[in-house]
Amino acid sequence: MDLSLSTRTVGDRTVVEVGGEIDVYTAPKLREQLVELVNDGSYHLVVDMEGVDFLDSTGLGVLVGGLKRVRAHEGSLRLVCNQERILKIFRITGLTKVFPIHTSVDEAVAATD
Amino acid sequence: MLHARKTEGEAVVATVELRFSALPEHVRTARLVAAAVARRAGVDEAVLDEVRLAVGEACTRAVGLHRANNADLPVCVFLIEGEKKFSIEVGEEAPSAPETAEDRAKVPSARADEEAMGHPGSAESGGAEDEGEMGLAVISGLVDDVEVIGGPGGGIIRMSWPANPAVELP
Repeated sequence: MDLSLSTRTVGDRTVVEVGGEIDVYTAPKLREQLVELVNDGSYHLVVDMEGVDFLDSTGLGVLVGGLKRVRAHEGSLRLVCNQERILKIFRITGLTKVFPIHTSVDEAVAATD
Repeated sequence: MLHARKTEGEAVVATVELRFSALPEHVRTARLVAAAVARRAGVDEAVLDEVRLAVGEACTRAVGLHRANNADLPVCVFLIEGEKKFSIEVGEEAPSAPETAEDRAKVPSARADEEAMGHPGSAESGGAEDEGEMGLAVISGLVDDVEVIGGPGGGIIRMSWPANPAVELP
């Protein structure tokens, strides 16, 4: 399955809905999307990963890259994920301490640091 | 494909052997094949996600190393049904060679992001290899029985999981 991406604006947040598989082949598409959003001035991102079937270290690298970009503009990057198999990858790499991970888009959009 | 080969003096039959050009688009195929063979070998359904992720990481690392070293060789994956375990070996037949910035740009990685962010210092070290280290960290966190054989630029990642093959009726 390929990667699907769609974006929408909720208040001052931009929600990126990701679906499919994020791996070495598809991760560049996600990177391009995040770079484009930041270049266009969207610094508060919510990446909704509920539709993601597979995520590997390349995908993690892209998300970390996105986080660095928004932080350079004092922005934020929050994740929405309830899938245990995806959350496990964040846990074993210690990235649960780096990304705020929420159970719903509403919760992520409402969250403040 | 059925292949017989020897490992450390012991005859080992690879149930399925997969060779693919070192291109990112083929890593998914390797994941699907590995998961299918693992399921048939009797690996617990709950562990198949780990098998899929681990083999994907190993193949991603191999693709990165092959491309970084301009190695025009396929990535080899051996899927081996044992009596009570299922093993996967991913070979990186990439000879060591100096890496260029252009090579690093070919393989997407966290490193590429760092370079894009303007951290020239981090571009000094090997990109594909650093990405491979991240992949290895994931593999180590996922798989209890894992062995990395060989030096920089080449080698084998060997992983195995318990398996209970179903008894085949005549």
